[in-house]
Amino acid sequence: MSFAPDDMDFAILRALSQDATLAAGAIGRRLGLSQPATWRRVKRLEEEGILAGRKLQLNAEALGFGVTVFLGIKLATKGRVSLDDFERAITAIPEVQSVQHVLGLYDYRVRVVARDIADFERVLRRRMMTLPGVGNIEANVLLSEERLSGPLG
Amino acid sequence: MDDMDRRILRQLQAEPTLINAELAERVGMTPATCARRLEKLRESGIYQGQRAVINWAALGYEVEVSLRVTLDKTEARAFDEFTAQARKIPEVIELQTFLGQVDVRLSVLARDMKHYQQLYRTKILILPHIADIEALMHIAEIKTSRGLPL
Repeated sequence: MSFAPDDMDFAILRALSQDATLAAGAIGRRLGLSQPATWRRVKRLEEEGILAGRKLQLNAEALGFGVTVFLGIKLATKGRVSLDDFERAITAIPEVQSVQHVLGLYDYRVRVVARDIADFERVLRRRMMTLPGVGNIEANVLLSEERLSGPLG
Repeated sequence: MDDMDRRILRQLQAEPTLINAELAERVGMTPATCARRLEKLRESGIYQGQRAVINWAALGYEVEVSLRVTLDKTEARAFDEFTAQARKIPEVIELQTFLGQVDVRLSVLARDMKHYQQLYRTKILILPHIADIEALMHIAEIKTSRGLPL
């Protein structure tokens, strides 16, 4: 890694990971840095690929998505069904929010949203259990979730 | 919350950096109406703001492990004490609690496997009330969160 972020960069990252809509001027005032200097640092963090976009924070429950479930999926017929087919099919399901290929007890870790438990059951039966090559599925209903700022300085 | 609100959130979710004028044009509203609706969504707590997405690999964190923890339920304070301690570990970026076979899940970042092993031994295994722990190592992100199907 040629670019090594310093304490000021980490402070900027901490501020943006709380509120990505903050303008360079506002962050700079907080950190005692001029607007142009802050802007240059933000630009650099973007160019280095460290700042990789923004994500909207929405209240899923207020929008009618009352249930979030994490599935651990084990493929039954590895080798015969290609991973590509499975991945293509699961990615196309709108209720599927994220899919991670993992190593361990399961092959995939999948985040699913649904309106309620009955809706989740529909998604599970009609969409998940019919996926090509799917084997054992474990489901865990999310109760709470905290995103922490992580190792930022 | 009506279809117009949904349309605003759908567009903004797909492209969070849209400025109000562009957003208004895409949803077919005047900029004033669009801004007013977004403000209402913010006030009602539906739109809670935006967070920067940090690419940890670009910061030198190549390893991400999902730790699924089952807690000792004979201890009434197990949940609170475990999560309070886990929250203090800087490499923990996500903490989720579940109803099901898993009680708590931690997402842990490490620079490499050696660093992970060190974290696991010196910070994770000393957390209180662990009955069982299981690791899933991330290989690849197949679909990244595109948000809610609005």
